[in-house]
Amino acid sequence: MLYISQTALELGFLYALVAMALFLSYRILDIADMTTDGCFVLGTAVSVTFAASGHPFLAIPAAMFAGVCAGFVTAFLQTHLGVPSILAGIVTNMGLYTINLMAMGWSSNVSLLKTATIFTIFHATGIGGAWYEALLAGLVTIAAGVLLILFLGTRLGLSIRATGNNIEMVRASSINPAFTITVGLCVSNSLTALSGAMVGQYQNTADINAGTGIVVIGLACLIIGETVLGRRSMIRGALAAILGSIIYRFIYAYVLYTKIMPVQALKLVTAVVVALAIAFPSIKAWLQFQKRKMAAPRRVLPKTAAHPTVSVSDASDIFPGTSSSLSDTVNVISDTPDRAQSGKEVN
Amino acid sequence: MLDIISISKTFNPGTINAKTAVSNLSLHLDDGDFVTIIGSNGAGKSTLFNAIAGGFYVDDGAILLDGLDITFVPEHRRSRVIGRLFQDPLKGTAPGMTIEENLALAFLRSMENSHPFSRISKKDKALFCERLSLLGMGLEDRMKQPVGLLSGGQRQALTLLMATLVTPKILLLDEHTAALDPATADKVLSLTREIVAREHITCLMITHNMKQALELGNRTFMMADGNIVLDVGGEERSHMTVEDLLMRFKAGAGKELDNDRILLS
Repeated sequence: MLYISQTALELGFLYALVAMALFLSYRILDIADMTTDGCFVLGTAVSVTFAASGHPFLAIPAAMFAGVCAGFVTAFLQTHLGVPSILAGIVTNMGLYTINLMAMGWSSNVSLLKTATIFTIFHATGIGGAWYEALLAGLVTIAAGVLLILFLGTRLGLSIRATGNNIEMVRASSINPAFTITVGLCVSNSLTALSGAMVGQYQNTADINAGTGIVVIGLACLIIGETVLGRRSMIRGALAAILGSIIYRFIYAYVLYTKIMPVQALKLVTAVVVALAIAFPSIKAWLQFQKRKMAAPRRVLPKTAAHPTVSVSDASDIFPGTSSSLSDTVNVISDTPDRAQSGKEVN
Repeated sequence: MLDIISISKTFNPGTINAKTAVSNLSLHLDDGDFVTIIGSNGAGKSTLFNAIAGGFYVDDGAILLDGLDITFVPEHRRSRVIGRLFQDPLKGTAPGMTIEENLALAFLRSMENSHPFSRISKKDKALFCERLSLLGMGLEDRMKQPVGLLSGGQRQALTLLMATLVTPKILLLDEHTAALDPATADKVLSLTREIVAREHITCLMITHNMKQALELGNRTFMMADGNIVLDVGGEERSHMTVEDLLMRFKAGAGKELDNDRILLS
């Protein structure tokens, strides 16, 4: 059990960087960046390839730089070539598949066998004891989070936030939205690639399919975190990404451990959770409207009304059988708890 | 100050929906001019503003600001020296960001503060606070609140402050009080008058209030069919009544002033 929670914590920290990247692209810039899946694999591919050739430290900035390039391509497609933002991400993602294979030496799977990684090197220092992996992952993730928050407080960061918030105002404030979108996507994709780079060295392997669905999982993590912490400030947003990711990995580990459902089912559950969470405002609005509709008194107008402005009290004169008093009408139709409650309120 | 030399703009050219919004329009503004613009629906008032601000590039002609040709300068570059307010008070501010952050963005226009990684300094905050207090709306005590919580009038006043925080060469006001209730509109208008006079800003203001058009500023343009049909100023304007204006419009445009939102009083 301890081992499982340790692994969950480690994976939570490592994948939190993807949630953080989505916090920047999806929440702040309001762009659903589909580059994420391919970019994550790009990070692992570059990182593992570098580590395999004996450069585990250089692997990290190299992977992040590769992520920046991927983000730049997506941004360029949408800001300069008029490709819709979702399609731009999908197109880049598609292209990245080949790039990733190339980065892995045209093989779909690369493993690190007895090669030094940042984790083995950190382990050798003896810091953190048995928890060294969680500690290193946590340090990198928290450092990235702090840097992201600091960045969002700068003038450039403010411009990026404004771009997602009100693009017209941005143009009137001498900011070039094409530039801010580009910077935002480059930063978010470098975070995604950093996550991939860390995961690659952590698992000692790079797999061409490791990124499938990572964008949805990242969103799920972000949404879980935001449900717990709220989404009022930038600091909360970055914290939500980390916390949400850890919670998600604990749920994953719990399912894996207790086998309450097949682990393969978790992707479906994740997809449903994300869809529901994003749909939540619409569902809430619909429910409220239905409630209001049910609670509204049934006003009856005669079919052949001579005067179109028949009031409610007039209607009861014309139809003696129907009472038009508000509370009565509500009580008549109150057969569900919801409506009964509103009936009580009226009474 | 501002010279517009026979600009034209046709939307959807070559299609059945082709519409010439501005045709062969020229104008000259002197430093410190405050021009009110009135005109029929579709006369090209907003198109003229978009042409000046850079929302699109004109098909023909040239725009010169302070002797500098800005005809092909992109919108975000022009906005360093052009302040702009829209009718919709929601357009000029970022609702999810605090008052302070919004002002910091507007302050980006000043060149000495354009270092991308600099943060909002204490000095900046003091300046924002001072300028906010001039609005007399108590916003200086709410610097950390998101702008989305403010009323339409407060947001428009804030937008006005943002547009003039770094004194623009020219200020474009596109019916900026039309969506506000009368009391708030008066407040925003008097703030506009105050700020424009204090900073000596050259200003163009679209209005549909004829009385306002004559009261404010030193010149009045009337637009019809994509051109300026009447340009009054100086002595002649100071004696004008709304009736005179309407008559002059009819003489200039060859038809009655046709605007479904026009206010005669």
